[in-house]
Amino acid sequence: MNRSRDVTALAIFGVFLVAVPFIKSDYLFNAILIPFIAVSLAALGLNILAGYAGQVSLGSAAFMAIGAFSTYDLLLYVPHLPFLVALPGAGLITAVAGLVFGLPGLRLRGFYLAISTLAAQFFVQWVFTTFPWFQGGDTSGVITAPPIFIDGFQVSTPVERYLLALAVAAILTVFAIALVRSRVGQSFLAVRDNELAAKVLGINVLKIKLIACAISGFYIGIAGALWAYLYVRTIEPAGYDLDHSFQILFVIILGGLASIRGAFLGAAFLVVLPLLLSRGGAALLGPNFDSGYVDLAEKIILGALIILFLRLEPQGLSALLARFSLNRKATT
Amino acid sequence: MKLRGTLASLLLATAIGGLPLTSHAQTPTHQQYFPLQSYRVGPYAAGGTGFFGGFIDYMNLINTRDGGVNGVKLTWSECETQYVVEKGVECYQRLKSHVPPPSAWNPLSVGIAYAMIPDITADKVPLITIDHGRTDSTDGAVFPYVFPLLMNPYSETSAIINFIGSKSGGDEKLGSKSIVVLYHGSPYGRETIPIYQLLAKKYGFKLQQIEVPDPGTQQQSQWLQIRRIRPDYVVLRGWGVMNPVALKSAQEVGFPADHIIGNVWSNSEEDARPAGNAAKGYIALTTQATGTRYPVIQQIQNIIYKAHQGNMSDPARVGSVYYNLGVVNGILNVEAVRIAQAKFGNHSLTGDQVRWGFEHLDLSVAKVQALGAAGLFHSIDVTCNDHEGHGYITFQQWNGKEWNRISDWIAPDWAILRPIIEASANKYAAQNHITPRVCSTEEAAAN
Repeated sequence: MNRSRDVTALAIFGVFLVAVPFIKSDYLFNAILIPFIAVSLAALGLNILAGYAGQVSLGSAAFMAIGAFSTYDLLLYVPHLPFLVALPGAGLITAVAGLVFGLPGLRLRGFYLAISTLAAQFFVQWVFTTFPWFQGGDTSGVITAPPIFIDGFQVSTPVERYLLALAVAAILTVFAIALVRSRVGQSFLAVRDNELAAKVLGINVLKIKLIACAISGFYIGIAGALWAYLYVRTIEPAGYDLDHSFQILFVIILGGLASIRGAFLGAAFLVVLPLLLSRGGAALLGPNFDSGYVDLAEKIILGALIILFLRLEPQGLSALLARFSLNRKATT
Repeated sequence: MKLRGTLASLLLATAIGGLPLTSHAQTPTHQQYFPLQSYRVGPYAAGGTGFFGGFIDYMNLINTRDGGVNGVKLTWSECETQYVVEKGVECYQRLKSHVPPPSAWNPLSVGIAYAMIPDITADKVPLITIDHGRTDSTDGAVFPYVFPLLMNPYSETSAIINFIGSKSGGDEKLGSKSIVVLYHGSPYGRETIPIYQLLAKKYGFKLQQIEVPDPGTQQQSQWLQIRRIRPDYVVLRGWGVMNPVALKSAQEVGFPADHIIGNVWSNSEEDARPAGNAAKGYIALTTQATGTRYPVIQQIQNIIYKAHQGNMSDPARVGSVYYNLGVVNGILNVEAVRIAQAKFGNHSLTGDQVRWGFEHLDLSVAKVQALGAAGLFHSIDVTCNDHEGHGYITFQQWNGKEWNRISDWIAPDWAILRPIIEASANKYAAQNHITPRVCSTEEAAAN
């Protein structure tokens, strides 16, 4: 059963790759798929920490910033470092940062922990704004991400950037699935559900929490690097503000806590749907309509949809999908 | 077990995204299209509505009064960015394949502009960052498609010091002065720190630069520090709510408003008015005068607003700082198209052809007058080497209700800034594998 599902998944993934040359729209890759993948990956990272291990974090955007700046600084200060080494390197640096900011989590729980992760959010932005070293001495504060070279080949077209993002996301997703099925993944759940019971079962709660922080940091850091290098292609501290942390948190709440596909579903909802609404609004109302009103209307519709979906299924879109496929099986 | 669902959702997202995305374009004959990444909601809406309102009203005027530019109608469409970088990038992706093709991009946002530079260079469409943007993009040899028209942040810094010099009775008197720069705690705020240091060294004035953490609603300690320093002038390099708070805090410590000089992001009605009485006498820099007494603004009022075709929901804002900046931006864009038409013919032009127009945008004082904008802005002369175009700067004072011009048109010290700009541009070129053009040979080939 499990195996047959994995095979189907692989087949879908294959279709995804094969379909690439038939999609002619740069817009689709640039403006929809690449940010979708980056946000999904960040949400996946946060889901490991918050959904599986139960540690709420409001600092995801800060870790994305660390990932983006680490990649830039590694490439800047370490000569001849290939991008494919710098990327996991940045992930590791973010993982260390995740460990450091995860330390309060050993003592704090729930809302208190959430507040302490806010510190990470503000501290990291402050550091990157204040010390020019991180920006390579650039005084303007907005760094243009230099072109990516992989083995002498320049990744420049939207399709190439998309494929790179897809490859990274696929590897990390497979790893995440393996992780949550593993003993460590089960320990995450045990710690989340009842720390005392987990201790009684012989789980080293402190260690498990720190592992979750580090792995989550690694994922979010890589997501931040992809966001900076493949999507917006600039790196600036202001681009990783609290709004983005909230967005990623909403992605997993809406998509489904403690669910891998929830990260992707939530990201599709919060990244792709607003774009469709905005385009739909612009197409319906014509180019001369005040775009500000379209934008506000779009927010109202999105908000209503969020309430509706969470009313239908408080466990998120992932659970909604599961219920839907169960129903379908029952009727066939 | 969950893998299938995961990938299915990926696929679903692709399917949704793949819905017909083509824009509804009309026949592309005799149109010149401008994509507008406007921001009419969010914290910066005051600037966005004014700037894009003025820009649109001017294009409307050209269409209504002249029937377009040499018969070529101007068209445009907007998408909302809220001043957020990724929204601006999405807007760019959405509008870039429009038919007819975009003439030029005018995002009025540093972050969005930076994110677009590699792509618009590949697309060969000019990017206009009037009064702001990347300082080193002034060097057109490295940035062929980027135009920080009229003024870049370094020129702004130099013009402010020149203004203080003229108020003190000559640059040689600057040596005895003490100046505090109160800047916003952001990359934007810090950008000019080395330039103020450079100018302090050159003229010998005492300089202290003090940071106000974002958003700048608390400034007591900074202004107490200023009271201790007792400077002759405070330069306000502010942003948003920081500006009125600075003016109010200055009043609390007894620092006179007419010795505070605001920069280009501290110069609008929205920066001064909320401070009420405390703003009376406050001075700010601008590249375009405010008010409605210029023929071009009056034509917009008489032709566009009388026919209820105006873009501003509050017509009283016609003539405000951001609105007039939008009109000037409209003039520069339209004239670039006109200059390019003289070379390429009176039909729809590609972005690359319009770029040529921008690079040869030479509006003398007389030409500016002929356009009905005498006194609204001074002049501009863009070349391959200099994408800023030697813009002149003036200063205005807030009388409690509106701005009044109080200075002549002042030239920044371009010569002293040029080497810094070139060094920075060359560094960018090396990092991004760009071979700079050689402007002298290019110009020689054209002649």
